[in-house]
Amino acid sequence: MALTGIQIYKLLPQTNCKDCGFPTCLAFAMKLAAKQVELSACPHVSESAKAQLAESAAPPVRLVTVRSDGAEVKVGNEVVLFRHEKTFYNRPGLIVRVGDDLAPSALEAKVAAADAYRVTYVGIDLGIDGFAVESVKGDPAAFAAAVQAVRRHSRKPLVLTAPSASVLGAGLEMLGAGETPLLGVATADNWRDMAGLAQKAKSPLIVRGNTLDELATLTGQIKDMGVEDMVLDPAVRDFAGHLTLSTLIRRLALKKNFRPLGYPLIAFPAAAGDPAVELMLAAQAILKYAGFVVIDHFAPEAVYPLLVLRQNIYTDPQKPIQVQPGLYEINNPKPEDPVLVTTNFSITYFSVANEVEGSGLPAWLVVADAEGMSVLTAWAAGKFDAERIAKDVKRFGVADRVSRRRLVIPGHVAVLSGELEGELPDWEIRVGPREAVDLPRYMREALMN
Amino acid sequence: MPVEILKETWTGAVQIVTLGATPAEGGTRGRTVTVGGERTLPFLHFEAPMPHRPALAVEIKDRRPDDWSPVLLRAWGDVVDDPGAWAQAAAAAGADLILLALSLTDADGRPTTPAAAVAAVRKVLSACSLPLAVFGPGQADADNELLVAVAEATKGERLLLGICEDKNYRTIVATALANGHLVNARTPMDVNLAKQLNILITDMGMPLDRIIMDPTTGAVGYGFEYGYSVMERLRLAALQGDRMTQLPMLVTPGFEAWKTKEAKVGNGVPAAWGDWEARAINWETLTALGLLEAGADILVLRHPESVRRLRLAIEGLMKG
Ligand code: SF4
Repeated sequence: MALTGIQIYKLLPQTNCKDCGFPTCLAFAMKLAAKQVELSACPHVSESAKAQLAESAAPPVRLVTVRSDGAEVKVGNEVVLFRHEKTFYNRPGLIVRVGDDLAPSALEAKVAAADAYRVTYVGIDLGIDGFAVESVKGDPAAFAAAVQAVRRHSRKPLVLTAPSASVLGAGLEMLGAGETPLLGVATADNWRDMAGLAQKAKSPLIVRGNTLDELATLTGQIKDMGVEDMVLDPAVRDFAGHLTLSTLIRRLALKKNFRPLGYPLIAFPAAAGDPAVELMLAAQAILKYAGFVVIDHFAPEAVYPLLVLRQNIYTDPQKPIQVQPGLYEINNPKPEDPVLVTTNFSITYFSVANEVEGSGLPAWLVVADAEGMSVLTAWAAGKFDAERIAKDVKRFGVADRVSRRRLVIPGHVAVLSGELEGELPDWEIRVGPREAVDLPRYMREALMN
Repeated sequence: MPVEILKETWTGAVQIVTLGATPAEGGTRGRTVTVGGERTLPFLHFEAPMPHRPALAVEIKDRRPDDWSPVLLRAWGDVVDDPGAWAQAAAAAGADLILLALSLTDADGRPTTPAAAVAAVRKVLSACSLPLAVFGPGQADADNELLVAVAEATKGERLLLGICEDKNYRTIVATALANGHLVNARTPMDVNLAKQLNILITDMGMPLDRIIMDPTTGAVGYGFEYGYSVMERLRLAALQGDRMTQLPMLVTPGFEAWKTKEAKVGNGVPAAWGDWEARAINWETLTALGLLEAGADILVLRHPESVRRLRLAIEGLMKG
C-alpha cells in the first residue's frame, strides 16, 4: 500500500542536506508520495528504508520493456485516468499479428510491408512498433519457422504467443540472445510452464484471466516464481467489456495501488473479424489504457489514422506542441512574393507549410506567437489579434525582406482585416482561405495579380 | 484473489433532452430522439445504466455542396440536389435525426434568402419523419436572419437550432423560446466558455431541457485531443454536480474530418496515406469513435459508411 508523505519522511535521513534538489526531506517526501520523483534522487537513504520505500516508490502501473536487437517498446508507468490530469506517458505499442498458419509467402509479404511502413505527421516519423507471431497450429517446427520468417524481414521487437511453453520455447530459440520478446499467453492451465520459460528468458509475460479475480491470482502466483514483468489480457474482446475492465484495472492500479493488477494491458481488437470494427476497437484501446494493441489487418489507410490518434492522445496537454515563432521562407521566396500569416501551433504550422511547399509556389510565412494555439482557438483567446500580428510582423523585420507589402491572413480571422489595416497602414491586407488545404489554389488564383 | 470492484459515486446527472415533437406533442415528427440522463462516465454500465443511447445525426445541405470531398458526393449520388431526397437517403442509411446545414449562398452565389431556407426545411420535414436540426451557415448575421424565419415557420417542431454562439445567442434563443425549439450552444473548445454561454442562455429563460451544448472539436490529427479533453472535463464536471455543464453534448466529427487534407485530397499525397476513400472514412470514423468515448450524445456524421460503423460501436458499447 502506498505510504503517505509523513510516513515516507520518517524513513528519510531528515538532515535536509538538499542533495535531492529539494530544500527539505519533507518536501522530497511529499513529492515521492505524489510519485513525482524517484527515490534514487536521495543518495543517503538506508538500505532498510529503501526496501520499505521500494514498494511505495514503484509506479502504480509497472513499466514493461520489450526489446529486439536494436529497438524497444516501453509501456506502462502511467499515473492518470484522464490525460488532462497530467499526461499519458508511454505510447502503446502498435503490433501487427501474423499466424503460423499463413502461407509463408503471404506471411513474409505482410511483414515486409508493415515493417517498411513509415508516415510523417507534423514532422514526426511514425511506424508500427513490432510483430506478434502466433502459433495457431500448435506445432513447434511451424512456429519456429514463422518466427524465422518474420526475422528475415524485420528487426522490430516481437510478441510470441503459443498455447504451450514447449511450442513457445521453439519460437523463442530462434531469437538472438539480446532479445526480450513479450511472451504468452499464460493462463490458469499453463501458467507454471509459461512463467518458468519467461523467467529463464528474462522476458515479460502476457497473463490472461477470464475474470479480474483470476487475473489477480495468476499474477501473484507468477510473481512468486520470479517473473516481475507482466502484461494483462482481461480476455474481453467486445466494446463494452473492454472499456469496463480496462477502466477498472487502471483505477485499481492508480487509486488503490493494487499491485496484482498494476501492469500494462494488451488488446486484441482483431478478434472482431470485421476490419472496420477492428479499427474502432483498436482506437478505443488507444484511448482507454492499452499498453499494446495487436492488429491483424495491416493497411496504410487504417494504420495512419491510428498512429496519428495515438500521437494526439499521448501529447502532453500542459505543453501544446509549438514551433518557434518567426519568419519562415518556403520555396526560396523573392522580395516580391506574398507574405502569409499563421500561428505557432505545430499542427497549424505544418498544415500551412506543407501545403505551400507542396504547391511549389514561393512565399514568406510569418509564424506569429499565439502561445501554441490554432488560429481559431488563439483568436477566441485573444492571442491572435491585429495587435499581436502587427507586433510580430515588425519584430521579425518582414518589411525589410519584401518589396511588396501584401499580407495574407487566415480566412477564419477575416474580421481582423480592418483593424490590421490600422495597425499596419502601409500594408495591403488580404483574406486567405479558412483551411490550409485550399491555400495552393488561392495562391495560384487570387494572388497572381 | 477476490478483487474489489471500484465504483465511483457521482452526485450529478446529465440533463435529459428530447428533440423533435410528434403530432400529439404539437409537431409533425414520426418519432422523437431523447439523449442525456447519464449518471456516470460513458458506457460504464456497472456504475449506472446509460438511460439513452447516443444518437447519430446525418448532415445534409440545402443544395449540392460546393466544397465537399468527391468521396462524399459519390457516396450520396444524385440526392444531394434535393434536400428531401437526401434526408430520406440519410434515414435509410441509419440516421436517428437529420441535420440540415444551410448554405451561405445559392448555387449562383447570391445570399440564401429566408424564404429559400424555409422552403428547404419544409421539404425535409415533409420528406422525412425524423427529428431535425437546422444549422445556419455559421456567420452570425446570416444565421440570425435564416434561423428566425425557419423557427417561425416550424413552430412546435422542437427543432435543434444552431449555430447559437456568443455573438448571436440572444436572437436564436429568443426565437427558439417563442416557437418551441431547442438551441445548440457552441463554444470553441473551452470548458469555461461553454459554461458561460449556457449561463447566458438559461438567464434568458431557456429551460435546460431545451439546450444541447456543442463544445466544438478537431479531427484526428487536427486538434482532436483538445476537443476530447474538453469533453472529458465537461462531463466530469457535470457528474460532480456543476449544473451549467450538465447538458448533452453534440459534436460534428463529420464536418471536421471531411475538411482535412486526408479526406479531401486523393492525388499527390504520400503513398503511406493509403487508399483515399477508405482513409477518408476511417478518419471520420475514428474521430467520431473517440468523441463518443469522451461523452458525445449526438454525433453528426457525413458518410453513410461511418453511420453504419458508429451504429455498430454504439450497439457494442450499450451492451451492459
Ligand atoms: S537528499 Fe535525502 S537527506 Fe538530503 S534533503 Fe533530500 S531527502 Fe533529505
